[in-house]
Order: sequence, then C-alpha cells, then structure tokens
Amino acid sequence: MDIENVPQDDSSTYAKMKKAIYASNKDGTIQSIGSSGWEVEEIVTRQAIDDLDESRIEAYKLVIRGEKSPLYYYMYEARMDLIVLAQSTGFFKWTIKRDFNPDTFKKISEKRALVYCEALGKSLDELKKLPKVDNE
Amino acid sequence: MNKFEHKHHAHCESGVMSSMLRHHGLNISEPMIFGLSNALNFAYIPFVKIGGMPLIAYRSIPKSIIKNIKKNLKIDMKLETFSSKEKGEKRLDELLLKGEIVGAQSSVYWLEYFPKEISFHFNAHNLLIYGKEGNDYLISDPVFDKSVRCSKESLSKARFTKGVMAPKGLLYYPTNVPKNIDLKPIITKNIKKLSKTMLRRYVPIAGLKGIEKLAKAILDLKSKDRKYTKLFLGNIIRMQEEIGTGGAGFRFMYASFLKEASELFNNDKTLEEASKLMLEVGDEWREFALVIAKSIKSKKDIDLDLIHNMLIKISKNEAKVYHKLLEFRAL
Repeated sequence: MDIENVPQDDSSTYAKMKKAIYASNKDGTIQSIGSSGWEVEEIVTRQAIDDLDESRIEAYKLVIRGEKSPLYYYMYEARMDLIVLAQSTGFFKWTIKRDFNPDTFKKISEKRALVYCEALGKSLDELKKLPKVDNE
Repeated sequence: MNKFEHKHHAHCESGVMSSMLRHHGLNISEPMIFGLSNALNFAYIPFVKIGGMPLIAYRSIPKSIIKNIKKNLKIDMKLETFSSKEKGEKRLDELLLKGEIVGAQSSVYWLEYFPKEISFHFNAHNLLIYGKEGNDYLISDPVFDKSVRCSKESLSKARFTKGVMAPKGLLYYPTNVPKNIDLKPIITKNIKKLSKTMLRRYVPIAGLKGIEKLAKAILDLKSKDRKYTKLFLGNIIRMQEEIGTGGAGFRFMYASFLKEASELFNNDKTLEEASKLMLEVGDEWREFALVIAKSIKSKKDIDLDLIHNMLIKISKNEAKVYHKLLEFRAL
C-alpha cells in the first residue's frame, strides 16, 4: 500500500488509538505509519460488538424472567460463551449449564462460586444478583 | 529506572522482540524480526472455533516469533512460566529490580488500558514491562502509540487467565545478546523455508492450500442463513485486521522485510521484485476485506462467487511471490 492510501478514517472502534501499518513511499522505501482507523475494520468490529451485546441483552431478559441464573448474564457480560467460560473455569460444559438453572444456582457451593468469580472478575455478592443496567 | 524508549509497532510479538533487542544494543527492525522468525503464514482451521467461528490465522502460532528469534539469532533467552499468581508477581518484581525489561504474554480482555471497543478474549497478546511505580507497572505495549500503565491487579489477571493459549504468567528476557550478527545467511535460509511451507500441497488447511480451502468454505455458505453468512465473513476480516492478528498488515510487513533484505544484498533485484509483489498481494487482501464489509452492510444478496474468486486470485498471486523468492540466490 502507498502511504497516501493508508486509511485515516477516525474509526470509533479504534477508540482514539492509532494502529501502525507498513506502507511504501514514492521512492520505494517502506516505513511504518499510524492509521487512525479504517471503515472496513470498523464495520466488522462493530458487527462483533453488536452480536455480543445482543446476546448479553437477551441473557438479561431471561434472568429477569427467572428462566436463567445471573451466572448466565455475567458470562455474556464478560464477552464469553459457554466454551470460553468452561475453559476459564476448568468446569465441564454440562455442569455449567446446570448452574444456569436459577434453583441449582441458589444452592451453589461457595468454592464453586468463587471459581466463577475469578473467571468473570466478580465478587461473590455481585455474582448472585443481576446488576442494575440502564440501557435495557 | 530503565532508560527504555517506547516504539509503536504493527504487531505485538514482533514489536516486543524488536524493542527488547534494541534495548540490548541489537538494532533490528520489526519487519526484520518478522521475516527472520518465519512468522508469515496462513491457516484455516475449521475444527477450532472461537466464539462459534472457525479459527483463521494469517501468521505462525503464538510464541513462535520469540522462539525462532532465540534460535535463529542464537540469543540466550529465559522463558519462565509460573504455577501460581503469587510466584509470577514476585518474579516480575525481582526482574524489574535487577533492571531488566521483561516481555510478558497476557490476555487482552483483562488489561484495563485496552479500550472496550477492542477488548476481546485473546490470550496470546505480548507486551513489555519496563518499570514499576507504586501499584502500577510501566508498560510498553507495541500496538499502542504511547507507553501505558497498568495496575498490578489487572496485569496479574491478564497474565494468569485460563483457557486456550493460557499465558501461565509467561515472562521472557534475554541474558546474552550478540552484538554483531551476519543476517544474510539467516535471511536466505528463512526465505526459502517460508516459500516452501506456503507452497506445499499436502497440508490441506495451511499455506496457500488453506486459502483455497477457505475459498471453498465461502461457497458452502450458499446453504447457510444470512446472519450466519455475515458473521462468518465478518470473522474472516476480524481475524485479518484486529489487534493481535492482521492479515494484510502481515503481508505489508513481510514486504518491508524483503525490501530491507534486498538492500542488505546490494539491492538484489529478485528480492526487490518479490517485495513489490507482496505489497500488491497485501492490497488485494484489503480489497477483499472491503468487498466483504460492503456486503455485510448491504441489504442486497451477497455475491459469494465474487468473494470466492477474489480469494482464489489472492492465493495465485501469493504463489507468484513465493516462486519468485525461490529464484533468489545469495552471492
């Protein structure tokens, strides 16, 4: 890519950061230059964030309706899915699914709850109830 | 405190290695690190899923840059992992007290200085720690244009996150860096090695064969619903451009390495031409990304044949670069 073609689109997904990219000068030398964003990248990053947000909001509704435990919401809030949560805790997926049941989750042992807390970056008190979220 | 100078790089692992060696008196650019460690690659791994989407890599596996530079440049380096957070924290502080600058592997998600917009679960990020002030570590994160700070709690959590490619608190630092290295034989050897790896046909998911396999997977999207198709296509680009990866970016960086190499070999024409071809391939990867981004935004039907054909063309044009590189003879 030529230096003058390096996109400077001030993408919101760059959060005011710059990304270094190697591009060529007119004389054929290649150097690194900061890019403030690229629309293409913004579109796909936004797509991923929207998808994560959608899952999180959906989870929030299910927990409010009493169909899922707060753990289910916090998994999505931490931008995880069942696979990542299983890897982060070392628990089997089917045992985590059991903890998505609100009744089972109420009786969870402190030891097990603390493993979730560590993986999700939450305190014991936080883990057991839904946060107040204004955008839902 | 260390007299350490932060530099902005295109990629975390090559950036850390370049900064670290420069600090120890060996001035090697990021593209040179990237080339000498054979870091360019392509792999489409449909059976490994991240967030429900297949893994696509535009470079070699994490940690291979560190390990290949250590091996190829004969640098004495220590790589240490830890069985507990406490041990890992203690060791980092010890090393900093001794005046070392220390490379570390970490998760992206748990680093507090990463903006929410790009904070995803990727556990093979690399950064340099060059000091400590109170509860904060002073960090040179190669993909940031300025140096940053990170609290002890956040850094520890990021270093000891579990799961795929878990860092296990990995710290690394050189113990002996040679001052003069003849790069020419290392360049020659690794250019050949890379070209052969990319061109070989018997690993169906790696190298150019991997690109063709991905192209085929794009055609298979015809039987999938629209939402899945868009997420699948978006994923290809995210893997290509997001922090920690960077498909086209890696092609540009390799082109820069080839240019630098050609100068070392008295402006060798073959290497210079290969560098130009690689720049063009990088542009094609970006064009490919652009077409996908447009189709994700558009309400019209997605032209999967067009996207497939672009990818086939990319694999053919990348092949030309590697064939050109195989013509290279060091005098």
